[in-house]
Amino acid sequence: MNKTFNMIIAGVGGQGLITLLDIIACAAFWQGFDVKTSELHGLSQRGGSVNVHIRFGKKSCSAQQKDTFCSTAVYAPIVPKGKADLILALEFQESLNALVFANAYTFFVINNYQTPTLGESVSYQEVESEIKKITEKIFTLPFSQHCQQKLQNDIPAGIAMLGFAVQKGLLAPITKEALEYAIQEVIAPKHYELNKQAFQLGISLGVQ
Amino acid sequence: MKDLLSNLSKNEILLGNEAIVRGALEAGVQFVSTYPGTPASEIGNNFYQIAKKAGIYFEFSTNEKVALEAAIGASFCGLKCLVAMKNFGINVASDSLLPFLYTGSKGPTVLVVADDPSCHSSAQSEENSRAFSYLAHIPTLEPSDSQECKDFVKLAFQISAKFKTPIMIRTTTRVAHQKMPVQLGLVKYPKPFKAKFVKNPKRFVTIAPRVLEMHQELLEKIAAMSNYIEKSAVNKIINVKWQTSQKNPTPNIKMGIMTSGVAFLHTIEAMKMLNINAPVLKLGFFYPLPEAKIKKFIKPLKKLFIVEELDPYLEKEVERIAKSVNPKLQIFGKSVIAQAGELNPDIVAFGLAKALGKNYRQAFVEPSKKITHLPRFCTGWPTCPYWKLFAAVKQAAPKDAIFGGDIGCYMLAAFPPHSLYDFLLSMGSGAGIAHGVCKALQKSVPQDNQPKQKVIAFVGDSTFLHSGIPALINAVYNQAGLLLIILDNQITAMTGHQPNPASGKNSLGEDNIPLKLENIVRALNVKNVAVIDQEENYNQLVATIKEFLNSGETSVIIARRICGLLAKKQKA
Repeated sequence: MNKTFNMIIAGVGGQGLITLLDIIACAAFWQGFDVKTSELHGLSQRGGSVNVHIRFGKKSCSAQQKDTFCSTAVYAPIVPKGKADLILALEFQESLNALVFANAYTFFVINNYQTPTLGESVSYQEVESEIKKITEKIFTLPFSQHCQQKLQNDIPAGIAMLGFAVQKGLLAPITKEALEYAIQEVIAPKHYELNKQAFQLGISLGVQ
Repeated sequence: MKDLLSNLSKNEILLGNEAIVRGALEAGVQFVSTYPGTPASEIGNNFYQIAKKAGIYFEFSTNEKVALEAAIGASFCGLKCLVAMKNFGINVASDSLLPFLYTGSKGPTVLVVADDPSCHSSAQSEENSRAFSYLAHIPTLEPSDSQECKDFVKLAFQISAKFKTPIMIRTTTRVAHQKMPVQLGLVKYPKPFKAKFVKNPKRFVTIAPRVLEMHQELLEKIAAMSNYIEKSAVNKIINVKWQTSQKNPTPNIKMGIMTSGVAFLHTIEAMKMLNINAPVLKLGFFYPLPEAKIKKFIKPLKKLFIVEELDPYLEKEVERIAKSVNPKLQIFGKSVIAQAGELNPDIVAFGLAKALGKNYRQAFVEPSKKITHLPRFCTGWPTCPYWKLFAAVKQAAPKDAIFGGDIGCYMLAAFPPHSLYDFLLSMGSGAGIAHGVCKALQKSVPQDNQPKQKVIAFVGDSTFLHSGIPALINAVYNQAGLLLIILDNQITAMTGHQPNPASGKNSLGEDNIPLKLENIVRALNVKNVAVIDQEENYNQLVATIKEFLNSGETSVIIARRICGLLAKKQKA
């Protein structure tokens, strides 16, 4: 890995963004990477637009000298604009709020699921055409619907998106094993089985 | 929630606020008080979980001033104290903070204040609490990340013990809510503590003329700290050099950068983006500043770039310092980076490029369409009781009624679909301002033959206890004739369900007799008082609002219904 990996998760408060952040941070740390994240609490939790940042990279340069800084290390907890490698949008309209972080090589994994805004709304087609001005690398699936059908619960849709992303190789260098470990570490025991199944469901959606 | 009392691993991913708690535990904290407020809330939440097991005294106090005063008392008895609050909390606490610097601390005392640039979770103002460093003469440390949160809290306890002064740790959202692996030290709990109050009125009583001597002593104490501050490793000069894989780093530009807090991390990132090698003075101390170190740093420079969020305090200080050592120094600060809003690597990179006279090409695209999901009351069942409450208010109140908001979940009624409030300022201010509106309208000569507008103020249970009571006393005593609706959901909800005196739980999670707000209200001589469950008795609520508004008397309705999320949690 010769650069920092930058990731944004966009969604609305209450969709479990911080749980996803914790899982990815835990997995990256377990694999020996240095990690920095930034999240938001409070007001934005109540159904408001929110995005969280995850960055990981090498801890230090190989031949570390005093005051030598390493371009592969993580400093700021916020992803610079245009530098995201992967954007997960748990609600499709929220992709737009993460678009400033995208470049031509950025992958989008989008949940084809909509929460009303109480104001102006946009259609999925409009969102997709906006993203395509920057990147063609878009995977959109109705993850919430898949989870509802297969698991009778759409809450772990984000975990399914994680399984999908790792299966497609979009989270490289993070491995499936590291994420499985992290899910067990982060998720409360009583919800673990459901989330494990959602992760597997995501992987199988990624195989297809 | 992480077990911050454990000694299992040497490295743990911690939230900035968790790292603050861990730092306090490693320092052996004994007494902790707080009032919840984002982005400081997790500090109290973590102590709420562990205090009993650790044998630490912990409380959610009724407001930030009371929280500070509790710690002052414990410090006078020799205990190691931590007080935590959000930015606006220090405004409330400041009345006791200033004299506390005069008396000084006995037991080491650390005050954590969390600012929220860009107001991610704050209404009211984009406050920069660093102003209080000057106002109160409180030595202030600014950590950049979770590791420094932990280390600086430990350091703050040491300095407080050495100089007998409280120390402020000032964080911001991007520090308090940042996560990273943190190297842990050891904690040892439970630990019995010995407290003793030794009388010393010369030290603890701030009364004239002694208080003037105390002021002079405080100034001398701060001056005496300067030697320590100059040597402190938390103010460090880093000659940032990018490894050779980066080509053509900018040659000897005679430019230096000065920064602190999370802005330091944005600065390093910006230097990476522009491939700039330059010396950076990273300040751990915001107050007092290491002036000799700053002089030495800026003396050989042509240009200085100062990266600080919000108001230009460092910039003003450095302008003053530069006059004697380098009057020709070109200083770039707020002339190249915005004063309002939080910083990020991009803003700093643009500023840095401008200071260098370079062009920096924008590498991102702003979407032509944008949407916002506004926050709103929780849905699902059991539902948020505020949906019904505000529906009843809209149904019952005259069209021209004036609505005063306050701080809590019910602030969200400012957004659609309610778009209710006509004013909304600070904790406990809804009734206070409503009173002023009532009196102004009462005094006014009749206009256009219109009847006087009715005024309704709203306040939550926790905010009412925090600072709403004095406003209600004032309104009753001075015959305002307003209607105050107390939204009693029996918890401090917005900040994550902290118990308050109306909840029936104390700060250690033990059962307690819940304070009945109607008893307080009646004792204040409010004649019209009703307690109504808006879900069960909606029609009665509508009728009562109409009746009380027509009475012309200052009236109170307590809408009592448990927070839906809390009800769900209790069932699970």
